[in-house]
Amino acid sequence: MGENFFLMIAAVVVASAFWVVFSPNLIHSAVSLLFTLFSTAGLYIFLYADFIAATQIVIYVGGILVLIIFGVMLTSRIDTPSVASSSANQFIGGLGASAIFIMQIGIIFNTNWKTDTSQVRESTVNAIGKLLLNEYLLPFEIVSILLLAALMGAALLSRKP
Amino acid sequence: MDSLQSYLVIAAILFSMGIYGVITRKNAVAILMGIELILNSANINFIAFNRFGGLNTLDGHVFAIFVIVLAAAEAAVALAIIINLFKNIDSVDVSDADILKG
Repeated sequence: MGENFFLMIAAVVVASAFWVVFSPNLIHSAVSLLFTLFSTAGLYIFLYADFIAATQIVIYVGGILVLIIFGVMLTSRIDTPSVASSSANQFIGGLGASAIFIMQIGIIFNTNWKTDTSQVRESTVNAIGKLLLNEYLLPFEIVSILLLAALMGAALLSRKP
Repeated sequence: MDSLQSYLVIAAILFSMGIYGVITRKNAVAILMGIELILNSANINFIAFNRFGGLNTLDGHVFAIFVIVLAAAEAAVALAIIINLFKNIDSVDVSDADILKG
């Protein structure tokens, strides 16, 4: 049961990622990205990462994807063919991407991974909160400042001059 | 489902797809989607290694949170730049943005 469910989610991830890259229509790409992000959250749940799965849905699906769809709508006229995205460099791109893929597959299956799944975990929220406010306090603050600066910069860039 | 390799293979597929999208797409928003795929594959790797690496802490999860925050910042700034590009040259085709070319 769990095995079949995992295979189903993996198939959805791969198929929708394929359509994100190959779809001629940008809106179709964006909707396909929605399925990729949602099923990636499913993979996180299989990895016992409940907080990351919730964050993935709230921030990626609720935030970044809406921003991307805004970007598509604001920069293309839907009724004209300009919303269709043309491609270039298919040969070089295909060659480079498959070379990277073959290299990664080779590394994955030739390495003797020492896996250990003995530890049993319940909710991860408690431990993540403790890590963020003790060990990772400085990176946490730096990334907060960075996010604030990036959002102010984005607002400044996109307002009318 | 309980092996590290299956997650790594999924992440490798996502990464290669993202690379292919970034190289071949001409629309700037589509390139941004490819970058999101790449960041997602990195996140899957972080979480998978944290689960199967025999660690007793959740450092991989914290790294994944930082990656998600950086992805949000990157998407916001990139879309502001793309909208400005559209205002200035009336196109989001990255091969049209060649004003600096000599």
